Amino acid sequence: MDFEHESDDPFRDDEDDPDAHLSLEKESTKEYVVYLVDASPKMFTSTCPASADDQKEESHFHIALSCISQSLKNQIINRSYDELAICFFNTREKRNIQELSGVFVFNVPERDYLDRPTARLIKEFDRIEESFAKDIGSQDGIVPGTRENSLYNAIWVAQALLRKGSAKTVDKRVLLFTNEDDPFGCIKGAIKSDMKRMTLQRAKDAQDLGISIELLPLSHPSDPFNVSQFYAELIGLEEDELADFMPSSGNKLEDMKDQLRKRMFKKRIVKKLKFIIVDGISIELNSYALIRPTVPGAITWLDSVTNQPLKSERTFICADTGALVEESTKRFHPYKNQNIVFSTKELSEIKRFSTGHLHLLGFKPLSCLRDYYNLKPSTFLYPSDEAMDGSICIFIALHRSMIQLKRFAVAFYGGSSRPQLVALIAQDEIIQSGGQIEPPGMHMISLPYSDDIRLVEERHSEKVGMVTRASNDQIKKAADVIKRIDLKDFSICQFANPGLQRHYAVLQALALEEDEIPEIKDETLPDEEGLARPGVVKALEEFKTSVYGENYDEECEANAKPSEASKKRKAQAEVATKECENYDWGELADTGKLKDLTVVELKYYLTAHNLPVSGKKEALVSRILTHMKK
Amino acid sequence: MARNKEALVLLLDVGPSMHSVIPEIEKVCSMLVEKKLIFTKYDEVGVVLFGTEDTDNELTEEVGGYQHVVVLKNIKVVEGDIVEALQQLPRGATHGDFLDAIIVGMDMLIKKFGETNKGKKRLCLITNAQCPIKEPFEGTKEEQVTTIAKQMTVHGMRMESIILRGKLSQDANKKIMDENDQLLRIFSTETSARSTYVENPVSLLGALRTRNITPSTIFKGDLELSPKLKIKVLVYKKTAEEKFPTLKKFSDKAASTDKFATHEVKVDYEYKSSQEPDKVVPPDQRIKGYRYGPQIVPISQAEWDAVKFKPEKGLKLLGFTDSSNVLRHQYMKDVNVFIAETGNTKATLALSSLVRAMKEMNKVAILRCVWRHGQANVVIGVLTPNLSDKENIPDSLYFNALPFAEDVREFQFPSFSNFPAPIQPNEQQLEAAANLVKMLDLAPQGKEEVLLPDFTPNPVLERFYRYLELKSKHADAAVPPLDDTLKKITEPDDELLQQNKSVIENFRRSFELKENPRHKKSRRLLREERYGSGEENSKGEIPALASNLIEDKSNVEVDNIGDLTPVQDFEAMFARRDNPDWVVKAIDAMKNKIHDLIEDSHEGDNNSKALECLAALRKGCINEQEPKQFNSFLRDIWSFCQEKNLHDFCDSLSSKGITLIPKSEAADSEVTEDEARSFLVKSQPKV
Repeated sequence: MDFEHESDDPFRDDEDDPDAHLSLEKESTKEYVVYLVDASPKMFTSTCPASADDQKEESHFHIALSCISQSLKNQIINRSYDELAICFFNTREKRNIQELSGVFVFNVPERDYLDRPTARLIKEFDRIEESFAKDIGSQDGIVPGTRENSLYNAIWVAQALLRKGSAKTVDKRVLLFTNEDDPFGCIKGAIKSDMKRMTLQRAKDAQDLGISIELLPLSHPSDPFNVSQFYAELIGLEEDELADFMPSSGNKLEDMKDQLRKRMFKKRIVKKLKFIIVDGISIELNSYALIRPTVPGAITWLDSVTNQPLKSERTFICADTGALVEESTKRFHPYKNQNIVFSTKELSEIKRFSTGHLHLLGFKPLSCLRDYYNLKPSTFLYPSDEAMDGSICIFIALHRSMIQLKRFAVAFYGGSSRPQLVALIAQDEIIQSGGQIEPPGMHMISLPYSDDIRLVEERHSEKVGMVTRASNDQIKKAADVIKRIDLKDFSICQFANPGLQRHYAVLQALALEEDEIPEIKDETLPDEEGLARPGVVKALEEFKTSVYGENYDEECEANAKPSEASKKRKAQAEVATKECENYDWGELADTGKLKDLTVVELKYYLTAHNLPVSGKKEALVSRILTHMKK
Repeated sequence: MARNKEALVLLLDVGPSMHSVIPEIEKVCSMLVEKKLIFTKYDEVGVVLFGTEDTDNELTEEVGGYQHVVVLKNIKVVEGDIVEALQQLPRGATHGDFLDAIIVGMDMLIKKFGETNKGKKRLCLITNAQCPIKEPFEGTKEEQVTTIAKQMTVHGMRMESIILRGKLSQDANKKIMDENDQLLRIFSTETSARSTYVENPVSLLGALRTRNITPSTIFKGDLELSPKLKIKVLVYKKTAEEKFPTLKKFSDKAASTDKFATHEVKVDYEYKSSQEPDKVVPPDQRIKGYRYGPQIVPISQAEWDAVKFKPEKGLKLLGFTDSSNVLRHQYMKDVNVFIAETGNTKATLALSSLVRAMKEMNKVAILRCVWRHGQANVVIGVLTPNLSDKENIPDSLYFNALPFAEDVREFQFPSFSNFPAPIQPNEQQLEAAANLVKMLDLAPQGKEEVLLPDFTPNPVLERFYRYLELKSKHADAAVPPLDDTLKKITEPDDELLQQNKSVIENFRRSFELKENPRHKKSRRLLREERYGSGEENSKGEIPALASNLIEDKSNVEVDNIGDLTPVQDFEAMFARRDNPDWVVKAIDAMKNKIHDLIEDSHEGDNNSKALECLAALRKGCINEQEPKQFNSFLRDIWSFCQEKNLHDFCDSLSSKGITLIPKSEAADSEVTEDEARSFLVKSQPKV
């Protein structure tokens, strides 16, 4: 990932971009989200125990806000065309188009209630807790004696916010954060059932309009959130989904944040694939991009005076005649002193194999999948019965067998940009502290062809005889080092990309016209303190001694064995120095006779004085004169 | 460039036992020369054949002996005639002696270059090494080979041997083969030689590197275990995608008589302001802007350079961890390899101890890398140990980039165990699957691994370069179909399928697949439908929303032909009246679908579906008075099937009575009743 390279090239040819066709992230899959946050007093009084060493507890309200804040920052980077609204219910103040009480839509200037995220929104939302009590206020909206129903109002407001856009082209979602599993618990009798019925009807109406309501419950270990109490019906969970909904809610704060964060994602299918296993048995798979490098957005060129975006126009000019031409459908490649011309149709025909299908070729033991068989990020495959009944069943059977037998599948993927061999690795589900760490399914890894693999190691083989190998003692010392510098709980997600973080910190500061750019902590630096611990230092010292010997100085080693080329250079320099002494350079220069010398002779001087020897004769002469300060 | 030019002598065994594989040798060797013509056109190539009836080489004239060795092409700068010669190698009639050929090849290189060109002289031997080499006049064969190998080292020659075994060699005398293997191994230990054993045609195509790229370091310096312990390493690319060549845009504007025409097309980019579309904004009046939400933040390069992230160049170890903490699918990019600095024995030792300790303990190392000075980002990656199994190759480490937190999308998927029982596979199904996984084996014990990436060529590139050569002679040639060897990369191997017929049959019988009749829609889709119809009813009442609603409605309509119900989709598109273009679109989409069905059909399994579609298309074209569309398409399909030998489809056409649309059925047609009838007759296979 090279930021500058990628972003400096706004006209990258999408035809050749292997991932261009993979991304279905067009306008049509835009997302409108309303974050509906319960602001009842219970959200402020309930807390979540923080991790063991840190005694600070955090309120549910704070957790919900920090999840949303994180999601906003993510969204402005990755999916800034999506729109969102943030809406609190059970509030003292009200602000919404319908003037319903107990519901407050949070917003900042220059922005509609439902709109794209802006730098200002993110900034002010981060500070909302400071002024929440003053400006918005927390107050239970459902109390006995009144028929006020803040939950009903909240869903209605959310529905109204999501009125724009067609449900076909936009995903409309309401994410509901609450810790009250029985919102009508304080009401009794007929009024209760009446209010409950109304609220459910309201939710159903919203769902009928293509709005999905998702619940993000917050709970305490001593007081678990009971979904079946009320919300199961509201969000339309069915019997079998109920068990899946709360996979034993985590006890730790971090786990809860993690789960909430994951629930906020919307799964996006990259492609539907047909996987031909054997003749007559083809199953349906959906592919997902679970890992893709995040890069800073593309550059937009602006007019430096007005700061208005510029339009770029492409024109094609015939290099021979200078005439403007249409984009040509012909391409050529020079070969044997000819220009061989291809039509674009012929070129796509060359790349055409069984289009879009995945064709099973066989299986190999996992040990055959070497670490250097990799070219790009993997793609995740999960079966679907949507079009073909039985796909899931076959997939599970293969998946289980492959894990048991420790084998991976080799298949040919006839994608349009780069038809290729792929390895399919079955991944078992991994669940840690109640959350799914790795989903069950298969990962599709592009295999290199022999054309893509370079024989580097062999080029470094010793011409004759053996290379030195480590002795058992040295290996043991190395093992001690490895034991000492052990990252126990290493997980790939633990580092934020410091380059990217910096990039967006700069943009945010500039967008908000702030003077200071906040410092970004680079989490990727080694743990200096840890490395300075006596045990680590001792292990490193011992390893060093066993390999390099006592009192080893690295510089010595580097100079002790000069390479062939450097030996040659040295010899040349010696010769030059010697030859150089045969001339009286001062006089030659004074009398202007330098130009009468040969280039070889001139180079003696240059080499002897460590000067560059490139260029034409005049350049050499003038270089010598400059050096002699004449 | 010229100083990197290589001199290569191909030593090809064309004896009787080689005849069956000569077509593949022709392909791989001509490809090698073709690529030299493109990428390294100053390279020199010579071709020596052995196992020929004739004898034609300088050594036989000078000292006698060296029978049945023919110098087909003397060493010279690559030219088209070498490609042609390699495309039609003669079949030899006698057993060849590969050692004779090696000596002839060496002699050619020595005579041409003497002591010069060290390291750039290469011999490439392709043989099945089934015939014994002659007894030397004095000493043993081993001694003779050792002497020759030493000579190679002296002259700075490298040798690459590709030895054909398994399916590629017939039953041969095992004793002789073992002896020859032993002799060839001497080369590998005594000089820089590489022997590759291949057992099938695909790996023969992949085993000979047709393009050699000189690796260059992407990093040279310290691998920092701690500030106090640094190991000098070199980092190279281990894999890098060999891209499809970028072709230039062709302009035919220049006169065909103009010999100096470049035919190139220049692409010009101009930036224009959106307010004044005619005004071109010069580069110095442009400033870069980055999107941040709806805002575009302008920032000049100088400003950016001042504030951007500037990590220090270097490789720093973060720590070691269990290899199970990094999963295979988390690798992000192409792979690098870490090798100790050349000639630095201490560094080699240090790296070797780490590699071996990591392997023993099942650990990997996590690294933070900044490869270049001024790079604006860091890379986090994992080092995995690579123990060398050859004694003259040093141990090394492979480096794979890992994702950052921002790069991972943590989607949640249902556990398989949560699916209801009817969806779960039963015991018998699991067994059938396990058998398939076990038996469809691409890495059988004791045999060569099939489709080993290191020996599998890229079929697209093979096809392109072959086509390029073909076009250089016949400009109008059509794209050739994949040959049988390359098909083994893209399709399952027939032989393997035959061997496991019962396992496959059992698998097929164990599972039931059927197209989902309920056409199960997600709840969301169902909701949408209700939404659509509900809105329609209220259409008159809320006129303000009308335009929006029409858009909604049309969005629910079918706008393409899918895989499941092509006929229904086609009819639905036809029925749309919101835009007359739909008819044309539907016809085009249907044509494509039919074409795809026929083309993707395997042993006619798509034929019935394709016929259904064709019938629907015919009906539609009659109704819409578009007979010409259908007629020309049917003719195309017809000739396509003839070309691809899809006679059974043609047969079923006539059996279903699908023929051209005559005048009697659609007035616009130019086809007479008779013509339509005879079209069917024509499709009957000629006896």
